[in-house]
Amino acid sequence: MSASELNAKTAVELAKLLADGEISSVDLTTACLNRIEAVDGSVKAFLSVDREDALAQARASDERRAQGKSLGPLDGIPLALKDIVAVTGQPLTCASKMLENFVSPYDATSVEKLKAAGAVLFGRLNMDEFAMGSSTENSAFGRTHNPWDLDRVPGGSSGGSAASVAAAETILSLGSDTGGSIRQPAAFCGTVGLKPTYGRISRFGLVAFASSLDQIGPFTRCVEDAALFLDAVCGHDPKDSTSLPDQKTDFLAGMASLKDRKWKIGVPKEFLAEGLDPEVRASVESAIEFYEGQGCTVEEVSLPHSSYAVPVYYILATAEASSNLARYDGIRYGHRSEEAKDGIELYYKSRGEGFGEEVKRRIMLGTYVLSSGYYDAYYLRAQKVRSLIRKDFDDAFAKVDCLIGPATPTVAFRAGDKVDDPLSMYLSDVYTISANLAGLPAMSVPCGLSSEGCPIGMQIISPVLQEAEMLAVAKKFEDAHEFSGIVAPDSAKGGASS
Amino acid sequence: MNSEESIDLDRLCVLARLSLEPEEKEKLGPQLARIIGYVEQLKEVDVDGVEPMAHAIPLENVLRKDEAAELVDRETYLRNAPDSRAHQVVVPPVIEG
Amino acid sequence: MKYEAVIGLEVHVQLKTASKMFTSVPYRFGEEPNSLIDPVVMALPGSLPVINREAVAKSVQVGILLGCDIAKTCKWDRKNYFYPDSPKNYQISQYDQPLCLNGSVEIEVAGPSRSEEGPHRNVQLTRIHLEEDVGKLTHFDRDSLVDYNRAGTPLIEIVTEPDIYSADEAFAFLTALRRILVYAGISDCDMEKGQLRCDANISIRPVGSETLGTKVELKNLNSISGVRNGVAYEIARQKQVLSEGGSLVQETRRWDADRNMTTSMRTKEEAHDYRYFPDPDLMPVSVSEEWKAELAKDLPEVPFDRQRRYQEDFGLPYSSASVLISDRMLADFFESAVTTGGSPALLANFVVNDLSRELSAGEEGVDLSNCKVEPAGLSELVKLVEENVISNQIAREVLNEMLANGGSPRQIVKDKGLEQSSDEGELETLCREAIAANEKAVNQYKEGNAKAINAVKGYVMKATKGKANPKVVNDLIEKLVNE
Repeated sequence: MSASELNAKTAVELAKLLADGEISSVDLTTACLNRIEAVDGSVKAFLSVDREDALAQARASDERRAQGKSLGPLDGIPLALKDIVAVTGQPLTCASKMLENFVSPYDATSVEKLKAAGAVLFGRLNMDEFAMGSSTENSAFGRTHNPWDLDRVPGGSSGGSAASVAAAETILSLGSDTGGSIRQPAAFCGTVGLKPTYGRISRFGLVAFASSLDQIGPFTRCVEDAALFLDAVCGHDPKDSTSLPDQKTDFLAGMASLKDRKWKIGVPKEFLAEGLDPEVRASVESAIEFYEGQGCTVEEVSLPHSSYAVPVYYILATAEASSNLARYDGIRYGHRSEEAKDGIELYYKSRGEGFGEEVKRRIMLGTYVLSSGYYDAYYLRAQKVRSLIRKDFDDAFAKVDCLIGPATPTVAFRAGDKVDDPLSMYLSDVYTISANLAGLPAMSVPCGLSSEGCPIGMQIISPVLQEAEMLAVAKKFEDAHEFSGIVAPDSAKGGASS
Repeated sequence: MNSEESIDLDRLCVLARLSLEPEEKEKLGPQLARIIGYVEQLKEVDVDGVEPMAHAIPLENVLRKDEAAELVDRETYLRNAPDSRAHQVVVPPVIEG
Repeated sequence: MKYEAVIGLEVHVQLKTASKMFTSVPYRFGEEPNSLIDPVVMALPGSLPVINREAVAKSVQVGILLGCDIAKTCKWDRKNYFYPDSPKNYQISQYDQPLCLNGSVEIEVAGPSRSEEGPHRNVQLTRIHLEEDVGKLTHFDRDSLVDYNRAGTPLIEIVTEPDIYSADEAFAFLTALRRILVYAGISDCDMEKGQLRCDANISIRPVGSETLGTKVELKNLNSISGVRNGVAYEIARQKQVLSEGGSLVQETRRWDADRNMTTSMRTKEEAHDYRYFPDPDLMPVSVSEEWKAELAKDLPEVPFDRQRRYQEDFGLPYSSASVLISDRMLADFFESAVTTGGSPALLANFVVNDLSRELSAGEEGVDLSNCKVEPAGLSELVKLVEENVISNQIAREVLNEMLANGGSPRQIVKDKGLEQSSDEGELETLCREAIAANEKAVNQYKEGNAKAINAVKGYVMKATKGKANPKVVNDLIEKLVNE
């Protein structure tokens, strides 16, 4: 695989080639589909691909362009979707047996917007069932492999989204992030992954895991591609009550205008403490030194409540999930047990058969923390600590423009390492969860490779609605380094090869 | 509170309408106990006077105009039903309660 | 021992809005099954709720009408329970911060007769909150069918304090509440269509005791008379049990209107654990003073205030004032007529008696709002009576003509030559003729039978086709008989 091949290029490069008439969307889409055929048997990023539908969209894009009616830079660019957003007429399984045969009768708002931008929306990407997990091992349809090392996990829950971009099976992909489900797999697979401010992108049509934390975001091979994605998808949606009003977008231009700023960068001391892999630490520290060399000021800050982020998250997210997932009962849609004798047993059996282990674990935990007698001790207290976590960020952002630290405590771990130890799995999200709790925009940018050849990601966290600045900070680093824009080398150990 | 003692798995199964196989229960019980033991560290935090936070970004009065939309063919939303008859969803007998 | 009943009611009222509570699907009664659904109603994966502003507005209006404290900020909670008629398996409701707190409903318990006013009292409310309705299950032998048309319809729950003490009071409460809500256009409150539903919590205790007895929750009270009969039956049953030395159990019972009795539905209930928590999909709603004032502007005067005003300002008797306010259309028609002139008492009589009777006997679908008689026309008619141009009896005839063919009463009277005759010379001749023709009746009258004279009067009225001024005729006959 070389970067000269179409499917390994960035969207901004391809947009130019398409605009100049050098290539067609059909060429590009075909290149991606061929790549999937070649490598997805070992990467297993996709649950399904509707080849004909993808090519039909590509042809339509080419026709628009021929008539001078191009819809913008994303027109004709292949964009694969995590199997958690609704597309009319396409499966929507959330990698669960529960929704194995579900076909969505409507489009998510994000999908509508991407269609309006002309993107070739294709494929259903694997994930942890209902987005619950950090390794994409909790899929009812088999695990996804990390293209850099097939024995390792791609991260999760958006593992398919990360792996598909890293293995050059698509140009862009859409994922969702509830506690790190975009940034952690992006770090593990060496892609850019961005979670916007909560409320930036409509959640209508995004299957809910934890409603107050879920956000859609992109996986890309470069920072500018993430800006392109946001430009197309962000904006107020009257169908989502948590959607932010009066949003300013135009991130691509915004980040360009900010590129020469000398930022005040905060480094949360809690993120460089015990438990951080030395190689990850070294990479992130050298990235921080890079910014100092660029004339930025770097200062240590403290997020004193950040160590409580994981417990707060596992109370709030599971509580919301226990209620959000109550609708899966096999009545109006979804898996229906054939064993049930009456309407009551139908619930127990359909849900018992339809949900996987991690989903059951979280439903039980969420049910527990909301149940009578425990609500105040767990749920209410967690909501209060969430306020304190948010306040820590407010205090930090009074002093600095953004925060930089590691995205994950380690590089991608080996498949099977953590499946029987849910708590240690939960702790792999230790640096990413806080931004979800506080509603802040955050992204992972590739910043190095470990001695074993595994990608390392650094995380940038910015104040609410400051995505343009966050992207500019990331671009500054990307421009001076070689870590972004690369795809998993076919020569890597067990790597995606054709 | 000793969380291990306080977890009544059977009751949680009833509340969540979720049946677990015996071997699932055997595994889940101790796992839940451990996770709950872990989240109990929140008791250390002084939350006196702290407002609970229910939304990542607070908004208010997000309201919709009372307008009726065009209706879509009902089969569009019934097509995924595992069992239906006469445009209604079929469920095994439910005892009215 | 003497017992007294203590009753609390929980009333669900469907709000009259164009669309559902959390999505823009319309709701109408009696549509084809599952024709009123969308991804939100069916709780499809990824669907999200958005609050209907009008449903909040109507609920605030109910709060204003019932004198509640309107919450500055209210929030939305999920009530988690599984049932096939509940698509999400949680209901969006309001738990600890409802839209309205406190308030009361003024009731009138029936007096000794229809023409006598009964005692008034305020029944205290606990709260009013806004929530969504569920779908409808139809049971068959082997399975059940679910229709989600009603699911997601806006519903308010009005909860009273245990401040009702008899079946008659419960009946009076619902009657008064329904009238207020229908008046204000909040809901049509048609119990047959499920637009108003009521559950009752009933207990009894020894008179003088402060503590509440064992509570029975009574369901399936699906008509207003059902509420009265069901509650009355249940109170009697509980007294019977205790007087026979038995004891009551906390249970849910069902009113069976056909068999005229209550039956136990369930006793040992699984302790409910609804795991309420704030709905993360919905933001809180705050009601500003400005919004409240704007909503209050559109509200009508409440019926009992109207009744008092009619009695005090217009001097109407209770019998007609109470009938007028029982139906907003009647009252509005009456008031509109009063503003264009005419004696309120006469107008009230015509509205309550003649007009109502003719309309209810007449064509289907024709009522005060669309009949050919307008308030100004009725007021003109009444003025003709007051001016002695026509008699009451002729006025009824004119009214019927107006109902049938429209037109101005003055013109009808003129065209048909219905003006009352008060020419004493002409009438005296007729009266003498009448006395001569009714010698027997005149004698009876002279012997003390006052009523006998009516035959004489009737003769004159008949001869003039009702146009003779009755007062003039009366006076003349009196004079001539005693000559």
